[in-house]
Amino acid sequence: MFSFCADPKSLEGFSWLFCYLTSGKHIDFYWSFLTVLILLAVTAPSALLFGFGGAMAARSHVAPLRWFGKTYTAMVRGVPDIVFFMFFVIALDQGIEWMKHQIVCPDWKEPIRQGLEFRVCPQAKVPLGTSSQIWHQLYGFALAVFTFALVFGAFAANVLYGAMNAVPKAQLETAESYGMSHGQVFRRILVPQMWTYALPGLSNLWMILIKATPLLFLLGVKDIVYWARELGSAKTQAYAYPHPDWRLWYFLFLLVAYLCMTRLSEIVLNRLSARLNHGQATAAGEAMRRAAQ
Amino acid sequence: MKKLLLATALLALTGGAAAAQTVRLGTEGAYPPFNFIDDAGNVAGYEREFGDEACKRAGLTCEWVTNDWDSIIPNLQSGNYDVIIAGMSITDEREKVVDFSENYFPPADSAYVGLTADADIKTGVVSAQVGTIQAGYVAESGATLLEFPTPDETVAAVRNGEAAAVFADKDYLAPYVAESNGELVFVGDPVSLGGGVGLAFRESDDELREKFNAVIKAMKEDGTINALIEKHFGPETKKF
Repeated sequence: MFSFCADPKSLEGFSWLFCYLTSGKHIDFYWSFLTVLILLAVTAPSALLFGFGGAMAARSHVAPLRWFGKTYTAMVRGVPDIVFFMFFVIALDQGIEWMKHQIVCPDWKEPIRQGLEFRVCPQAKVPLGTSSQIWHQLYGFALAVFTFALVFGAFAANVLYGAMNAVPKAQLETAESYGMSHGQVFRRILVPQMWTYALPGLSNLWMILIKATPLLFLLGVKDIVYWARELGSAKTQAYAYPHPDWRLWYFLFLLVAYLCMTRLSEIVLNRLSARLNHGQATAAGEAMRRAAQ
Repeated sequence: MKKLLLATALLALTGGAAAAQTVRLGTEGAYPPFNFIDDAGNVAGYEREFGDEACKRAGLTCEWVTNDWDSIIPNLQSGNYDVIIAGMSITDEREKVVDFSENYFPPADSAYVGLTADADIKTGVVSAQVGTIQAGYVAESGATLLEFPTPDETVAAVRNGEAAAVFADKDYLAPYVAESNGELVFVGDPVSLGGGVGLAFRESDDELREKFNAVIKAMKEDGTINALIEKHFGPETKKF
């Protein structure tokens, strides 16, 4: 990166460390923090959306929709994350390719499953074998976001379902007696009030989501844990910057980074919680009212 | 006439695209000097240079992809990449699920490395990478096998006392021993395992395999492979 780093083996002391920490591999490591942050930023709202849909379905008056909502939360919550990330993603990927195969190659004669192999026609590969590496990475990332959203959405659905049931019934009845329709009661009374009950559960999920990001590597996305392990492992003279096993230092750094992320989230979530509790007929809202008096 | 011209032009274009076929090469990126991620973040090592040269000669555009060793065969089969080029030894067991090319690295010795020359490799704990021929050998040798997902961890296990010795390719271990200032030493005699290192293909990909076989044969004959082996493994390594 810098001209004086051209010959790393001749460097010593501070300049060696400086060049080492700015090597291309380390830059990739720093970028991977951004990957994780983007993943969190995209996954959290999508998981909330999945959860909201799941909770609405589970409360629905239409029986099949209700069954669907309940099955979704029960099934996804019951399967270990790691199984989900190994099995479901492969199935999803192959499912997409299989469907594309039916559309683009209707004349394909050979069987798609040949023993352990999965062979769709080359035009049906997603992304195409000829597309550049960035598309493969984006596709992997999109699969990751979808899977995370699906898994965490099931938990969020349960939290939101509980929160919706926790809104005092008297409020909903009052709204109805004012002549509001079901939809209006839902939009104007139920949804705005349920967040205060949902927040503790959702904040738990957010914390777990932050800590679950290393599962990304199972999906082929290089995250911070992958790079920490790769950079920290002992390097022989085949590398430009040989060093002994430094994984301890890299993982300590990760420990601090994760603690910073969760601490920052805690501060934000506490503020949000205070804001939502304001004026609510809950114990926390009551405590705020007394403190203000 | 115009339409005909257009059609011909289109045909020529698509023909050109088909000739420059893209092949995705899957490697582990953690097995120096065979393959590793260099400090610029790119795949490097013997297999990088060999693979790039082979692709050039075969007229293919090649892209490098890294994948965990543990899932490297399943991901080949599900089509995430087309070739495994990851220091994979040719064995009968693997031949059942993939097809190998001709070897591009001769059948090499595996060796034990421990902290002392009298480390207990017969009955003690021996570390090896999961899913390798060395792991299979240790499991049958009577020693207690301790498996790790990456090769680096198998060596680290010896350094921190978790294992009495590590069993791996001699060419992989040699730099670790040489640079350890006497901390690590070879234990016992080397063992010859496997039929050399080959490229692995899906069983349905015979055409691509034949293409690479022809190139490897030519590269062996004109000495390119020997020169590359000497460059990355030193003059004492076995050659063709």
